[in-house]
Amino acid sequence: MRAVRTTAVTALAGAAVLAAVTGCTAKSDAKGDADGITVTAKDDSCEVSKKEFPAGHVTLNVENRGSKVTEVYVLYPDDRIVTERENIGPGTKAALTAEIKAGSYAIVCKPGMTGAGIRQTVTLTGGASAPKRSAEMDAAVAAYRQYVQAQADETLPKVKVFTDAVRAGDLEAAKKAYAASRIGWERTEPVAESFGDIDPKVDVREDGLEEGQDPAKDWTGWHRLEKALWQDKKITTREKQLADLLDKDLADWVKRVGKAEITPTSMANGAKELLDEVATGKVTGEEERYSHTDLVDFKANVEGAQKSFELLKPVAAKNDAALVAELDKQFAALNTLLDRYRADKTGYDFTSYDKVGKAQRKELSDGVNALAEPLSKLAAAVVK
Amino acid sequence: MTPAPARRTVLAAGGGLALGAAVAGGTVALTRDGDATAPVADSGAAVPFHGAHQAGIATPVQDRLHFAAFDVTTDDREKLVRLLKEWTRAAERMTAGREVGEGAYGGLPEAPPDDTGEALGLKPSRLTLTLGFGPSLFDGRFGLKDRRPGDLVELPRFPGDNLDPARSGGDLCVQACADDPQVAVHAIRNLARIGFGTVAVRWSQLGFGKTSSTTPDAQTPRNLFGFKDGTRNIAGTDAAALDRHVWVGPKDATGGGAWMAGGSYLVARRIRMNVETWDRTPLAEQEDIFGRDKKEGAPVGKAGEHDEPFLKAMKPDAHVRLAHPDANGGATLLRRGYSFTDGTDGLGRLDAGLFFLAYQKDVRAGFVRVQTALAKSDALNEYIQHVGSAVFAVPPGVRDADDWWGRGLFS
Repeated sequence: MRAVRTTAVTALAGAAVLAAVTGCTAKSDAKGDADGITVTAKDDSCEVSKKEFPAGHVTLNVENRGSKVTEVYVLYPDDRIVTERENIGPGTKAALTAEIKAGSYAIVCKPGMTGAGIRQTVTLTGGASAPKRSAEMDAAVAAYRQYVQAQADETLPKVKVFTDAVRAGDLEAAKKAYAASRIGWERTEPVAESFGDIDPKVDVREDGLEEGQDPAKDWTGWHRLEKALWQDKKITTREKQLADLLDKDLADWVKRVGKAEITPTSMANGAKELLDEVATGKVTGEEERYSHTDLVDFKANVEGAQKSFELLKPVAAKNDAALVAELDKQFAALNTLLDRYRADKTGYDFTSYDKVGKAQRKELSDGVNALAEPLSKLAAAVVK
Repeated sequence: MTPAPARRTVLAAGGGLALGAAVAGGTVALTRDGDATAPVADSGAAVPFHGAHQAGIATPVQDRLHFAAFDVTTDDREKLVRLLKEWTRAAERMTAGREVGEGAYGGLPEAPPDDTGEALGLKPSRLTLTLGFGPSLFDGRFGLKDRRPGDLVELPRFPGDNLDPARSGGDLCVQACADDPQVAVHAIRNLARIGFGTVAVRWSQLGFGKTSSTTPDAQTPRNLFGFKDGTRNIAGTDAAALDRHVWVGPKDATGGGAWMAGGSYLVARRIRMNVETWDRTPLAEQEDIFGRDKKEGAPVGKAGEHDEPFLKAMKPDAHVRLAHPDANGGATLLRRGYSFTDGTDGLGRLDAGLFFLAYQKDVRAGFVRVQTALAKSDALNEYIQHVGSAVFAVPPGVRDADDWWGRGLFS
């Protein structure tokens, strides 16, 4: 494909429009012929060219021949999302790629991007053609699953210290226990978020509520309590109810976390997503806007990312030793930077983020960028 | 050159609506040029990256700017050298209208693409990327103390300066000029991305509406005060003037600074304009302040913008009178500034002005000389304030595919 594009560029003396189109056409034709899985979405149908195909790296070439913008999902039997592609305009093509194990799945087209959609059942056949994973990779996934479960298990008692204090009406004790109760969650956030229904219950911020939701009734979880403790400075019956609810929702999380779908690439990209969390929510001080405990979350996100990286390191080092060396260096640099904001290097007592100046925040942001950019290349180093 | 006549027509017509029409016309042309049979307009062509001097200095001024200053965040000299090599290779590709690295699509689905992709399908748009080194790079972190050119001086503090450190200085700078803003922004974004972990963006500035011309037959574009300024700019085709005022000659580059031969020195100033108060100023006063008429841009008492000004006919504090080479011992700069507006400032005032860029072989004889006179008595000072400042040593051009930005400095 590269050759086609390069030739086009030379011939047309930099007419990049044509070069891009040529490259694109060549690519989708080749894919279409070779892999042969196409999804034709119309306003009233969702046709899949094959109902049975081998597991592994699967590419679906979607063509929207309908009149509405559509979206296409691949779902597990229990409707968990394997992969999705939104905003496929009428008359346009799109491709979905994912690593999918053998089993039964649903492919769903949603014309107009609303409603239950039009569903097709497909079977991915397997064993031999399932994603070939080395023993090293299996070990990494198993160890990470263990880590995630342990983090969840250890979180519950810490949350109970926090919620007990709320139930006792002890404002100061509740404030003190707040940040620590979130560490396990923050370390494993991408996995926790993969259960789409738990995150909005426990970790949503007021501005994350949807249109029509009432903050007084529908806003639950840590940040609702954070606002009560730091801004409203009072604990009422409502906060005590919310403490009970937080216990209950997190207990549900602990039960489900072991069943999360984890692959080496999801671990790698999950590590990157943890840094994204830092870059978008913590560095700006938005996440913990009342308590200013952002640096605790920040540290926990980095620790979770580092855990994924450490577990994938044996695999990644074989494919891209330079990347691994760079990541080692950047993790160390960011941790050193974070250490400046805590006196005790074994504890989680960090400087309040409202005391962190503009120039210091810029320095933290630069550190996050320096780590997150190479970290985004870890998935490629794992599957190469 | 296609957009230039359109722009001139617009200016003659003098209407904002007409300007909109010109922009729309440009869009249509772009779309049509996607067709293989359409001729590639000059505005879409590629400017050669390799040469004795860096492109983006004498190159005819493009319509848009994205300028970025970087801090080097590593103290590892090798890592910085590696980055400069990577940047050079990426710049070669982007200025030719190609994607960075392995491109924007078609790679591993699990990994982010090398190129960010927003310039796919756009023409090279005369993109130039010009690199400079700030004085702070020579502070000893990279063993470059002895290589600092004697002519790379810090600017003195001028009266009236209100410089924001967060919009000033920088170890490195990259000036991206293109006729398409998306192409310029794409270039800086991708260089910043390649640089994460080695450099961090310190500040950056977007510019539109070039305020000076390096093309001899073109009219001088207007600044946001509605005036033509800098009509005596050095033409990019005037080799003798460039040698005299812009390019550092082999004899000028001595000792540790020998690597600067063929380079130039860049002064960047963010000049905020108080447009609201300016707009309430009577026409006669506006014209007196500049020393020109508003319609033609002609100097006081003359008819055409390029007519030789009679300085003594102007008020003693007129901008043209004070800035003119004749009033400054012949000091001449190559200017390629841009207008900017970064929205409003929270008080509802347009956060706008001139992002002044000037190249010269000697900053003291060039910008410092002129600005000393202006800062002291320019009538325009009531309406402007210098809020950002930086100076950079811009090395000579990258000669070929084996050469790289700064090789002379680091070898």
